[in-house]
Amino acid sequence: MTEAILKVAGLKKYFDTPKGLLHAVDDINFEINKGETLGLVGESGCGKSTTGRLILRLLKATDGSVSFEGKDIINMGKKDLARMRREMQIIFQDPFSSLNPRLSVSEIIGEPLIIHKIGDQDKISIQKEVSRLMDTVGLSQSLINSYPHELDGGRRQRIGVARALSLNPKFIVADEPVSALDVSIQAQVLNLLQDLQEEFGLTYLFITHDLSVVKHISDTIAVMYLGKLVEKAPSSALFENTMHPYTKALLSAIPIPSLKVKRDKILLKGEIASPINPSPGCRFAPRCPYRMDKCDNIDPELVEIEKDHFVSCFLFDK
Amino acid sequence: MDDNKILEIKDLVVHYITDEGVVEAVNGFNVELNKRETLGLVGETGAGKTTTALSILRLVPNPPGKIISGDIHFNGENLLEVEEERMRQIRGNQISMIFQDPMTSLNPVMTVVEQIAEGIRIHQEVGAKESIERAETMLELVGIPKERANNYPHEFSGGMKQRVIIAIALACNPSLLIADEPTTALDVTIQAQVLELMRDLKKEFSTAMILITHDLGVVAEICDKVAVMYAGEIIEYAAIEDLFEEPKHPYTVGLFGSIPSLDKNVNRLDPIKGLMPEPTDLPSGCKFHPRCPHADPICSKQDPLTTDVGGNHQVRCLIYEGLVEPKEVL
Repeated sequence: MTEAILKVAGLKKYFDTPKGLLHAVDDINFEINKGETLGLVGESGCGKSTTGRLILRLLKATDGSVSFEGKDIINMGKKDLARMRREMQIIFQDPFSSLNPRLSVSEIIGEPLIIHKIGDQDKISIQKEVSRLMDTVGLSQSLINSYPHELDGGRRQRIGVARALSLNPKFIVADEPVSALDVSIQAQVLNLLQDLQEEFGLTYLFITHDLSVVKHISDTIAVMYLGKLVEKAPSSALFENTMHPYTKALLSAIPIPSLKVKRDKILLKGEIASPINPSPGCRFAPRCPYRMDKCDNIDPELVEIEKDHFVSCFLFDK
Repeated sequence: MDDNKILEIKDLVVHYITDEGVVEAVNGFNVELNKRETLGLVGETGAGKTTTALSILRLVPNPPGKIISGDIHFNGENLLEVEEERMRQIRGNQISMIFQDPMTSLNPVMTVVEQIAEGIRIHQEVGAKESIERAETMLELVGIPKERANNYPHEFSGGMKQRVIIAIALACNPSLLIADEPTTALDVTIQAQVLELMRDLKKEFSTAMILITHDLGVVAEICDKVAVMYAGEIIEYAAIEDLFEEPKHPYTVGLFGSIPSLDKNVNRLDPIKGLMPEPTDLPSGCKFHPRCPHADPICSKQDPLTTDVGGNHQVRCLIYEGLVEPKEVL
């Protein structure tokens, strides 16, 4: 029996904007088992990054609960939260803006050790630990005194990974960690993340817009649309038995680098609606090819259709 | 030049002369394009794709960029020799370009219809009223209702902006369209819409196209031929059927191995090891040899020639010159 290391329930984040309430994350629920990867997929503006930040409490949730190893993150006191941050780290999307340009590689990777007073605090011990981390993520020791601007995207992202690993966390939110990288470098970083997961038993929340990346790395995949989860299933089930019309369209829209695979394209009409003061019905209804009358008025719940396969769509009502 | 050929680039060499040294961005680029054909130009950051495209329009920023040598024949004219005045008649009229980033390539203080009409007015000798009417027709063609003609770029989403840019590019019915990563900044569902639109319009206008992309999936969707670039050179050139069925160059094989597949399950990806070489300090011999799983000592000394492996499938690798034995690579 695997245990859930992270439980998210009824999580909501509304932003107050001049035009009204922006429902960035609207009542989402999921769990991640220890040592597994949950892939959170969706297009820009669907709330996937906000979800990642809410879980780490880099943003304050409007409502709902997040518990990590049974401890409530949302209402945790400052001191406890600081300690929790050792266990939960984040790798940011853009390796060009997530590193302080005025710190050297060793200062960036060593900073968390100093802040959290991990290990011996003398310079030599910290340097040693930094060197060890650089080895782990495949950064050459000769770069230890370099600055981020001297390095390419792939190396910078490795620094981001080393920094996240420095506190020996159990759980990492990886927010589009490979989106800014070229494919050959992207593959190297993905392999690194998988190696580290095996070695340290890490649990990942892997946020991305790229379905092929998410399929490659995830055990479970959750598809998000305008602040809601529309489908959640084990990776293989999601691809073999795609249920939600949005997931289907998303899958069919990916250009496949092969001429053999011929698929029927589902071209969605229009664009993502505004998340400000959304209408009461299904968020996807305005673009959905199977829209029914009730879709405009009632928001479908995420229900289990097959074992571990959850969908929020009236097409699957029994 | 035969009648069907629209573009022929021969031995193009472009350098950027910087304080850190000379960046050899494009080194001996050869390509031919027929009318109505679509060529995919594929490669990673810094491969020289965009520089090649800018050279065709003579828009390489100078300084630091400099077209060192080569010929670019377009419809019988050598674009590298014509007067600037003539070049201005060609740009936007016979050859137009779609830039990568729809967020920054529109003028924020001009309505979209005015931005489309501007090109029409300059190139087609029509009055203000007619140019606006034609611009509105173009907008509808790319799927934007006429009612939004007088909106400003910030009032549109990314996908809509890219549609406006496509309308600008096609407004004068060019015979060659250069699209530089036209869908990279867009979400997949919007990308699918834009690709579909480009495919339809290309047919309708019988435009030849050079599509620059790093995404082999996009190439498979829309191109007829493909040129894979690495460090300023075309290392493989073939009809897409040949390239996708049987990639020959170790770099192309590596690119395919790096892409996570949707229809196969693999435990680990098989990436190309190492990094792109420093553009100011390219390796000697074959530029890919430091990263190549088949590399042999000779690869660092001898520059490979372009070898035709049959059916106009060209590869630049010593393996195909019979000088290097390919290694068994798992």
